[in-house]
Amino acid sequence: MAAFRPIANTRSATGIPTAKLAVWWLLVSEIVIFGGVLASYLMHRLGHPEWANYAVHTQTAIGATNTLVLLSSSLTAVLAHQAAQTGDGKKAAKFLLATIAGACLFLCFKAYEWHGEIEEGFVPWTNGFWAFYYTAAGIHASHVIVGAIIMAFVAKDAYAGRDLHRVENVGLYWHFVDLVWIFLFPLLYIAK
Amino acid sequence: MSVAHDHDHGAHDAHHHEMSFIEKYIFPTDHKYIGKQYMFTGMFMALFGGFYAYVFRMQLAFPNMSVPFFGRVSPMEYNAAITQHGTVMIFWVAMPVLIAAFGNFLIPLLIGADDMAFPRLNRLSYQIFLVSAVVLIASWFVPGGAFGGAWTAYPPLSADARYSLTPMGSSMWLIAVALEFAAFLLGGINFIVTAMNGRAPGMKWNDVPMIVWMICIASILFMASVGPLVAGAIMLLFDQNLGTNFFDPRRGGDPILWQHLFWFFGHPEVYVVLLPATGMCAEVIPVFARKKLFAYDTVLYTTIGTGVLSFFVWAHHQFVAGIDPRMANVFTITTVLISIPIAEMVFLYIATLYGGSIRYTVPMLWALGFIFAFLIGGVTGIYLGASGADIYFHDTYFVVAHFHYTFFPIAFIGTFTGFTYWFPKMFGRMMNETLGKIHFFGTMISFNFIFLPLFATGLGGDHRRIYNYNNFPELATPDLQNLRILATVALLVLIAFQFIFIYNTFYSMFFGPISGTNPWKATTLEWTTPENPPGHGNWPPDNMPTVYRGPYEYSVPGREDDFWPQNQQS
Ligand code: HEM
Ligand SMILES: [Cu+2]
Repeated sequence: MAAFRPIANTRSATGIPTAKLAVWWLLVSEIVIFGGVLASYLMHRLGHPEWANYAVHTQTAIGATNTLVLLSSSLTAVLAHQAAQTGDGKKAAKFLLATIAGACLFLCFKAYEWHGEIEEGFVPWTNGFWAFYYTAAGIHASHVIVGAIIMAFVAKDAYAGRDLHRVENVGLYWHFVDLVWIFLFPLLYIAK
Repeated sequence: MSVAHDHDHGAHDAHHHEMSFIEKYIFPTDHKYIGKQYMFTGMFMALFGGFYAYVFRMQLAFPNMSVPFFGRVSPMEYNAAITQHGTVMIFWVAMPVLIAAFGNFLIPLLIGADDMAFPRLNRLSYQIFLVSAVVLIASWFVPGGAFGGAWTAYPPLSADARYSLTPMGSSMWLIAVALEFAAFLLGGINFIVTAMNGRAPGMKWNDVPMIVWMICIASILFMASVGPLVAGAIMLLFDQNLGTNFFDPRRGGDPILWQHLFWFFGHPEVYVVLLPATGMCAEVIPVFARKKLFAYDTVLYTTIGTGVLSFFVWAHHQFVAGIDPRMANVFTITTVLISIPIAEMVFLYIATLYGGSIRYTVPMLWALGFIFAFLIGGVTGIYLGASGADIYFHDTYFVVAHFHYTFFPIAFIGTFTGFTYWFPKMFGRMMNETLGKIHFFGTMISFNFIFLPLFATGLGGDHRRIYNYNNFPELATPDLQNLRILATVALLVLIAFQFIFIYNTFYSMFFGPISGTNPWKATTLEWTTPENPPGHGNWPPDNMPTVYRGPYEYSVPGREDDFWPQNQQS
């Protein structure tokens, strides 16, 4: 990898580290993407009371378990950050691996859940509710996958003691992914 | 990796580390090079956009003739030409040139930095953009033809190949647009972070040149408005290819949802491209009036005010789409309100001119031309914003004329302002003034002759999505037809004048007189680089500029020179 770091990158006129600032702006752009999906869904859900009849088929237990899984993975992300702050890259890497494991567990539950629903005949083109259900959760799941991949790279570097500041940044992203799920879970599963 | 580095020597290392041929000559990370890549890609795309305009204008003026270089235009081809013209001009010309090209070239130079904060992210953004352009161009040649559902891509037409008849064209169009959004999101993050963190020592927020503010605010507006449309694009793609039912009413979907998602982005988007163009005027006018920009703070506040308001006007595009009339009232009020800050900004520029010693150089002519032309666009927008009037104006050529009096000044006049002004910094040589003036007057006059007649045909009843007016007896009158022919002939003249610009650009790039580093005697940092055009890193790493004052110190009393560069201590 190129070793070049421009002067512009080393400056910090605002006092916020440059990479962290970039992650915050990335999150801003992500918030509006999910905001668009959720606002569209909410408007339609309010306009179609009959969608409640479709929502009863979602499996709240799996959704709740997955909420727990993601919340725990956010906790390990925080612990990784803490370890990175004390300069312990190896420990940070281990906690990041735990977070990645959480992401994988989440995806396994999701796959199991979707498999069952598709078997029952609930597919994205069944009706409007299922279209939103799969699209919103699908966009979220793709963020989980991307987050896990990035964390793997960061963990590899952290293990070697390099770029420890990235542990916090990827953690910020991960908390965001978690937060989106906190909105999706009640809207798709609990509201029946 | 970078952490173990001694930062002060970062720029040196760039010369040492091994670069492959592709890294060095095709995809370098230098911001100036990436800016030029965006610039020339955008200008290349403008050739396509212009060609499409030529094709459909010829069909409108001379229905069913065989158009030279194209042939007879079928109704499908006509729709595709209009659609691709709009798409190309907004997403592949205005956006890359105004935001990406000037943003890349100017931001590091104007804030006294050596590069963007994330050069490789910057390069990735260009590469994604290039792929998006390739996908779009490819979509013109697939079986079924190019997408023809207008740049707004309203469903149901866009949602199902059985309506659009372009199964591949519609999806490729959508994918190209989505990729383009991704490229500009990455680029925007880079711009904002660089301007926030990478400023030269001493540069306070009110020392930042206006164009940097404008490009960053535009990037924020883009970022905050495009999200829902990204989501909408995914949904529409699923509608097209998976058979979901988000937007197609036949399957229980809601086409108005798309209109909301599209215009929630679409209206802020017009300000996204507007702001960089007004920023160019804010740079150029003080230099050639030799006078400080009038009311820097107020220009900034009007910009932010416009940006905030632009999120609350979108439904003025949907007055006749079946929205609640009470909602129409709300959006009428917000639309009229937004003209206040915009008008204020125009007044501030005119106030800058007042009492200045004005020099009519080519960039100055373009800046003044921008203000004149944009004024007509803005004023006609107020008519359209009144929902009662808009019931009659909507989807007529009056709307087409309105937004071309805004977009043409933005995308072309604004670009020419910036391009002719910063040309010496980009290529180290001066452009030819005489050719520049011929190009200016030729373009401005023919531009007005294209779009003034269209206000008239719109008021005369011309609906904007008609392939051949001979099919409508009440519109097939000689009066209206003559106006249509006038507009088309003026377009041909306008296109002809662009060859002068192309010639001037390429000739001056290689044979123009050497400009020196500060030909306009301007104050901002880009004119202080030791080399011209600036070398890698812009300034020597051990001699980066420090800023002592604001960007517009012209004709300061008691000083010998009539300009006071930002980096001069005294
Ligand atoms: C920044 C400069 C502007 C640009 C680039 C711009 C662009 C556009 C575009 C592209 C459309 C038509 C889209 C379509 O139907 O395909 C449009 C329509 C409209 N514009 Fe503007 N506009 C600008 C300024 C304004 C201003 C200042 C106002 C009002 C104060 C305004 C009010 C309207 C209205 C009400 C319509 C809807 C007309 C209709 O569809 O019936 N615009 N504008
Ligand atoms: Cu608008």
